[in-house]
Amino acid sequence: MPVLKTIDPLLEEISGPTPSQILRKRVTGHSGLLFGVGVVLLLVIVAILAPVLAPHDPYAQSLANRMVKPVFMGGTWEHPLGTDHLGRDYLSRLIYGARVSLLIGAVAALISGVIGTAMGVAAGYFGGKVDTVVTFLINVRLAMPVVLVALAVVAILGGSLQVVIGVLGLLLWDRFAVVMRASTLQVRRREYVAAAQAIGASTPRVILSEIMPNIANNLIVIVTLEMAHAILLEAALSFLGLGVQPPTPSWGLMVSEGKNMMLFEPWLVLIPGFVLFVLVLAINLMGDGLRDVTAPENRG
Amino acid sequence: MLPFILKRLGLAVLVALTVSFISFSLLFLSGDPAAALAGETASGEDIEAVRRLYGFDRPMLVQYGEWLWQAVQGNFGESYYFKLPVQSLIADRLSVTMTLGVCGITFALLTAVPLGVAAAIRPNSIIDRVALFLSVAGQAMPSFWFGLILIVLFAIQLGWLPPSGASSWRHYIMPTIVLGYYAMPAIMRLTRAGMLEVLNSDYIRTARAKGAGEMRVMFKHALRNAIIPVVSLAAVQMGFMLGGSIVVESVFALHGAGYLAWESIARNDLPTVQALILIFSMFYIVFNFLADVLNAWLDPRMRSS
Amino acid sequence: MNDMTKPLLSVRGLTLDIPMSNGTLHAVRALDFDLHRGETLCIVGESGSGKSLTSLAVIGLLEKNIRRNATQMNFDGTDLLTASKKQMRALRGNRIAMIFQEPMTSLNPAYTIGDQLIEALRLHKNVSREKARNRAIELLEKVGITAAASRLGQYPHQLSGGLRQRVVIAMALMCEPELIIADEPTTALDVTIQAQILSLLVDLTREMDVAMILITHDLGVVARVADKVGVMYAGELVESGPAADVFGKPLHPYTRGLLRCIPQPGKTERGAALGTIPGIVPSLIGDVKGCAFRTRCPHAVEACRDAIPERGEPPHKFLCVHPDGARAAEGEPA
Repeated sequence: MPVLKTIDPLLEEISGPTPSQILRKRVTGHSGLLFGVGVVLLLVIVAILAPVLAPHDPYAQSLANRMVKPVFMGGTWEHPLGTDHLGRDYLSRLIYGARVSLLIGAVAALISGVIGTAMGVAAGYFGGKVDTVVTFLINVRLAMPVVLVALAVVAILGGSLQVVIGVLGLLLWDRFAVVMRASTLQVRRREYVAAAQAIGASTPRVILSEIMPNIANNLIVIVTLEMAHAILLEAALSFLGLGVQPPTPSWGLMVSEGKNMMLFEPWLVLIPGFVLFVLVLAINLMGDGLRDVTAPENRG
Repeated sequence: MLPFILKRLGLAVLVALTVSFISFSLLFLSGDPAAALAGETASGEDIEAVRRLYGFDRPMLVQYGEWLWQAVQGNFGESYYFKLPVQSLIADRLSVTMTLGVCGITFALLTAVPLGVAAAIRPNSIIDRVALFLSVAGQAMPSFWFGLILIVLFAIQLGWLPPSGASSWRHYIMPTIVLGYYAMPAIMRLTRAGMLEVLNSDYIRTARAKGAGEMRVMFKHALRNAIIPVVSLAAVQMGFMLGGSIVVESVFALHGAGYLAWESIARNDLPTVQALILIFSMFYIVFNFLADVLNAWLDPRMRSS
Repeated sequence: MNDMTKPLLSVRGLTLDIPMSNGTLHAVRALDFDLHRGETLCIVGESGSGKSLTSLAVIGLLEKNIRRNATQMNFDGTDLLTASKKQMRALRGNRIAMIFQEPMTSLNPAYTIGDQLIEALRLHKNVSREKARNRAIELLEKVGITAAASRLGQYPHQLSGGLRQRVVIAMALMCEPELIIADEPTTALDVTIQAQILSLLVDLTREMDVAMILITHDLGVVARVADKVGVMYAGELVESGPAADVFGKPLHPYTRGLLRCIPQPGKTERGAALGTIPGIVPSLIGDVKGCAFRTRCPHAVEACRDAIPERGEPPHKFLCVHPDGARAAEGEPA
């Protein structure tokens, strides 16, 4: 007969934290994620409030005030980050430039996300011929040099914001398709999908209510990474003069315009490039962080 | 292994054909190529003459067939701008781009692989953090901006390196670093992840239990397995990099195929653009194919199956 | 050198601690055992009882975060506690060989089995590749692999699990070790192949006069091959001694519980239910005091929370508060 009646320390269960506590701890303990989310939020607010925050009209030229130095290089607070070669206030152009970058990044990622997810989920779910065709299309897309094709199309159709967004949206769906295909393949084999099919749920219903919720984590991560990708590409296209056209305040364009004065006024190049770097870094860190927090085992 | 290679080869040809069709169709995106070619001041008759001269009056598929037939024979037509055969124009420039690509991937491998291995041997150490920082920064770095910073620093401020051109090996140093840094993060991450996984595997424990020293365990037993996917990634990256050389070449005024592509696009020189898109795609396809074959060759499990 | 009275391997007070986020895990506590030349010591216990860690501790292949302490760890005159990395490397694979559980993954997929066998020898002995190759063929034949010479050029993935484990055994024997540590060498194999591999291993160690530590959770195996038995529970050797004594007169309640879990010829009646030990292995995190088995033991008393005396007449020893290991309470003869 067991004589041991009182609570034995060996038997005391270590009360573990709840899943939401674990998640909260992971989020607050992930400095990369916090930094990323913080910077992105800040820049989104700046972009939205651009008319309020910008000290000057970003398009207003003042040939008398060309290339005024920023305040930390001996300039005045009138133009905290100086002015460009046409005398436009650099800070105001940077602030409005955030709108261009974020808009292009978000909409292009949205378009390519819809295309790529549809293709990837279809390939993963239906398999067979659908999969063969999608995989082939992914291969074709990967074989096309993105920068070259984007440049050529923008050159032919003209460098408006809409064209740049459309071209990037139609070009950047490959990673969505690859990852969504793999995730769907994984989820499709799970029991709850078989169960839903067994009770007679229609295919769209199974995809929407069984598959999608379970691959949403990965989708969000790819959305952020592709948004960063689109922002970088827009900047590169604009830098090469075949993206967004002047006088739109695009950061890539600002670097390009500053390039000619680089010898004497390197800050004209350094400032917009740095802001671009920080935004892309923040979005990437946010994406990496989201992946770590939601599925730490996928960390690579 | 031969059936595998043949299958990949068939796929590569099919992809190449599709890409060639897309790059040809680009010509028709602009609406009327004859009007564009004849210039804004041309009369209706002039445009018709140009249309007949260049054969734009035929159905698109016929034109594509003709173009493809010529392209396969290495004939890409005449450049609208340079008035020279496109193939000779490109051939002149390709060696610069290839040199840059080879230097870039070499630089990327030489930095990324040792860094990835060191990071995997001591996770969370200083070196791991440095490696992580470099890769995160590299993924966010706009390559045109990175190139300009290098020019400001090493060409203008310090005067160590020439800012642009391609006349000596010193001209290639900065472009190599910029292009290599573009490929480095992915290679570094894959090396690190692969090494971490391999180092946790049973056969590494077996090697240690045999009495093998750490160096032997790391390089003969671990790296040999971890490097397999890295090699194929490097080949794929090489294909991507050649396509990405357009930005780097324009920053450093390196007159390679990428620079030519930029010039041709800016000048609406469609035959050259079409040819370059096709050639850069072919690079990717060839390197991707090489990656598959290399992968199969390096991995005994694939080699024998 | 061949002092038969002096143990080949002698371990005293081996303790392994693993720092965790919520405290220290005391994975192995105060382990003592001796092994003489040519002897087979079987260590039995459930998963997580610290068997595998013990074997890794002996050859110095513990994960870096595990802290190893002992009052004595001696292998034929070499103090394993103070041995340099180089000295340990010279022992591993050479005088102490190890066979792991997973034949499917314990061979390097990138090299042929010939390369791996030859490497095992040439890491330690200054012999030509040709000689090493011959030795490899000889041993492959010895472990029952036909067409041994042609197998050398094959890769691990081309062999079945049973064949791979034979290769692993051959590899362990390449340098004529004095001690082989086999950590559940047959667990991952098909049942029919398990028996073959095990008898192969036992026959070879006897033939070549190699001492063996066989780690297993299969008591049936132990009964057949062991000279000595050590029963581990939650990081402690709760009972140890000559196989005949431990099986003939199991003193610790846990040992008896284990033995009731397997059918015994002549004892277990046809159709009778086999025993089970209810409960789970306790957490070993934090301050572990008293008998770890008390939460599952039918004879537990308050005194089980205190330090437990070591009882029994050497070499048959056990850890229990009850002087007879509560044999009388279970109606077993004293």
